[in-house]
Amino acid sequence: MSEKTREYPETPGRVYFFGTCLIDLFYPEAGLAGIELIRREGVEVVFPQGQTCCGQPAWNSGYRDQARQVARAQLDCFQDPLAVVVPSGSCAGMMRHHYPQLFQGDADQARAIELSGRVFELTEFLVQVLHIQLQDLGPPTRVALHTSCAARREMGVASDHLQLLQQLGNVELVEPERKEECCGFGGTFAIKHPDISAVMVHDKAAAIRDTGAEQLVSGDCGCLMNIHGHLQHQGAGLAAEHIASFLWERTHGAD
Amino acid sequence: MALTKAEFGQGVRSALDDPQIRQNFRSAMDGLIRKRLSAFPDPDKLERLRLEAAEIRAKALSRLPDLLQQLEHNCTRNGIQVHWAETVEEANQIVLGIMQRHGATRMIKGKSMVSEEMGLNHFLEQHGIECLESDLGEFIIQLVGEAPSHIIAPAIHKNRFQVAEIFRDKFPDIPYTDDIEQLTRNAREILRRKFHDAPVGLSGVNFAVAETGTLCLVENEGNGRMCTTIPPVHIAVTGIEKVVERLSDVPPLLDILVGSATGQPITTYFNMISSPRRPGEQDGPEEVHLVLLDNGRSRIYQDEELIATLRCIRCGACMNHCPVYTRIGGHAYTSTIPGPIGSILEPQKKGLDQLGVLPTASTLCGACGAVCPVRIPIPQLLNRLRFEGVSKQSGKVPGAGSQRKRSEAAAWALWSWVHSHPALYRLATSMAGRLRGLLPNRIGAWTRVRTAPRLAARSLHQLMAREQKRS
Amino acid sequence: MNQARERILKRLRKDQPGRLPDRPPRKNLSPPRSMADNIQRFRERLEAVRAEVHLCRTEDWAGILRQLMQQKTLGNLRYGDQGPLAGAIRMAWEGHDDAPRLISHDNDIGNWKDELFDRTEAAVTSARWGIAETGTLVLWPTPEEPRSLSLVPPVHFAVLDSASLHDSFAGLVEQEQWSSGMPSNALLISGPSKTADIEQTLAYGIHGPIEMIVLLIH
Repeated sequence: MSEKTREYPETPGRVYFFGTCLIDLFYPEAGLAGIELIRREGVEVVFPQGQTCCGQPAWNSGYRDQARQVARAQLDCFQDPLAVVVPSGSCAGMMRHHYPQLFQGDADQARAIELSGRVFELTEFLVQVLHIQLQDLGPPTRVALHTSCAARREMGVASDHLQLLQQLGNVELVEPERKEECCGFGGTFAIKHPDISAVMVHDKAAAIRDTGAEQLVSGDCGCLMNIHGHLQHQGAGLAAEHIASFLWERTHGAD
Repeated sequence: MALTKAEFGQGVRSALDDPQIRQNFRSAMDGLIRKRLSAFPDPDKLERLRLEAAEIRAKALSRLPDLLQQLEHNCTRNGIQVHWAETVEEANQIVLGIMQRHGATRMIKGKSMVSEEMGLNHFLEQHGIECLESDLGEFIIQLVGEAPSHIIAPAIHKNRFQVAEIFRDKFPDIPYTDDIEQLTRNAREILRRKFHDAPVGLSGVNFAVAETGTLCLVENEGNGRMCTTIPPVHIAVTGIEKVVERLSDVPPLLDILVGSATGQPITTYFNMISSPRRPGEQDGPEEVHLVLLDNGRSRIYQDEELIATLRCIRCGACMNHCPVYTRIGGHAYTSTIPGPIGSILEPQKKGLDQLGVLPTASTLCGACGAVCPVRIPIPQLLNRLRFEGVSKQSGKVPGAGSQRKRSEAAAWALWSWVHSHPALYRLATSMAGRLRGLLPNRIGAWTRVRTAPRLAARSLHQLMAREQKRS
Repeated sequence: MNQARERILKRLRKDQPGRLPDRPPRKNLSPPRSMADNIQRFRERLEAVRAEVHLCRTEDWAGILRQLMQQKTLGNLRYGDQGPLAGAIRMAWEGHDDAPRLISHDNDIGNWKDELFDRTEAAVTSARWGIAETGTLVLWPTPEEPRSLSLVPPVHFAVLDSASLHDSFAGLVEQEQWSSGMPSNALLISGPSKTADIEQTLAYGIHGPIEMIVLLIH
């Protein structure tokens, strides 16, 4: 169910990038940043224009046929045996851990299993495959990290998030109290059970504010939209960014 | 009666708006989370224990019919009378029959979630039989006619002042106190007479060992021993899934059950009952009965994915770690067993048409699955029940399809059509980007507590396409 | 009712999930502990839950029992007068006219239930084994030492020979071959009774004994 040990390949010459629909629509700069972080290491990045969504929203709502239809379109996009790097624990988790079940008994089952074996969450890829070294060019700042439930439990990449941020010498990294507790987004949950979601995001936002951080960083845009949206609604001054955007900004200098 | 989304929402809101409930549950769950962590300081060892416990339970389930027969054979040989009940009605009738045969009008109960499932107290009261709860938490809530809100700590939703009020109200002769130790002593005094006088004691069963025909009970208070030792008749009720194969299966399960539930190395008492009083023995019940309840378990059993639900050893860890349960409390679920395990077990027993909203009330954060001592993949099963809820095919789960709404199905059909046709998707998203200024600032419940998300002017697709054009 | 049995078993047998392979026998991953370690561990666990543990010798445990009874101003002591402790207790009580009264019965609980509940201040039983890992006494009640002795009176004294101390519950079950025959009631007792049902706050002394004292013979 979750990632405890995984064997990582050597640095490849070329990878696919799956941007995710939330990044596509709301945080495209995070997608660009993720791509740049990979390219900077001398790896070519292929962005198939045919990609859309991993299918998770329908999968989590019980609409498996619809999820499969969309997932199949992604199988068609990522056919070459290249790593697929995904800037989201949630979407990476969908493709890596749920595609095999989604396609069970389907003609594309083998393809789905094959694809799932080469899906990597972005920070996992940067740390475990590319072994990137980061030089912090930014001013001192305190940053709060929110690790999504999928990143933590499904993909097991909490330590990769931390490792990257800890490389930044001028960044004081903090995590909120009850860091392992869900922020209340849960995709359609926030729409279907808004009252419960509201108290969860309220508690999470309060815990993040209590860290005294100037900025919030997360590897998942769903959580980011959720928490930052609430912080803004409350008039709290915290900025929020995807971890890829943050890492790129802090390290790429004036090029 | 079906729990509608609106009714569930009302129950949720009343819990969320109650500062007492919020605080009581938050501090209780924080404490239980800490205790479990300190019981298992070595994460690798914990994973090995979980694996072992999961294997023991899965193996027992794979042999369930044979083990039930072996259990029955050994219990019977030892003098325990075994009864089978397909439904809660049958189980209630069996218990009533035993009471009536003995002319008993009173029963003292140890903690039993199965007896809650049966609605036993209410049923027996309708037949003029008084059922008194003796577990302190159950005793407290029985005084005010409430249902348990947690499977291990039934009165977890009450603080000591609320308990003190209840005692003052119901036992006016006892001087008021909100001191926990004194309240506990008062309960001891009140209940001792009841243990002494009761003609029949009832208990649940934590593990039923097929190999030796032994019923195992876990407790800290001693009321379970009282109920199963002092009255001349002992009735044990259990679900059929509680059987384990061998005596040697018990120590590892006991270990991880108690550590997961309360963080203790072991409970004060572990009571292993294999027969009524034997010749020459001075005390112990003269009659011991075991009621095996099905109530949908044999149906759950037949699904090779959902059967994992039956591994549950009722530790409560899943609800202790659930961010939703922590906030809405146990009563909002309206089911016998609340929380994550309740959200997969109860809709399967009662039907998705009755409780289909429960599997949706989760973010699938995975905290439950990560702590379950027998590795039930709760998030996976929640997802499966969501699928069954909206699926047209006649499912393995009663009430399949009952949660399907035409408008939602149509929305997903449209969504999948757009997202499986890339050109259409790119068109739709580029238009959305262009029209983003027209997006309303208020989007339903989302914007009650959050600002609306802002669409980017250009999607990642567009930015990458532009980049490719340049190169 | 037998219909219910047949129908339940029939449903369970239909499309039965595949039989899982036998698990390999459980390997006890912890190295065996020395007697000294076991005694220490046993003691620590019990003392952590407000039980008392007194190290005694075969020749003096009964005298220590009498002294503890007097220190705690307990007026009477229920015991099994045909049981394994009887001889030593009577000897330790001999000549001590001010010692607490010894009570025993040799018949059905119906004859002594009132006295047990209302007028018995303490009871003493032997313990057949101990478990060091969890600080547990294992009692297999007998006709001579009924189960209610370790349950009803507010104070329970348990006498255990340290030679019967096992590392773990799993080890005990295996080494003493419990599967070859279980008593009507086997009890694992790991301290005085307690509850945390009010505000998750631990409170000692509810339905079982309020105090538990172990006399560990070494």
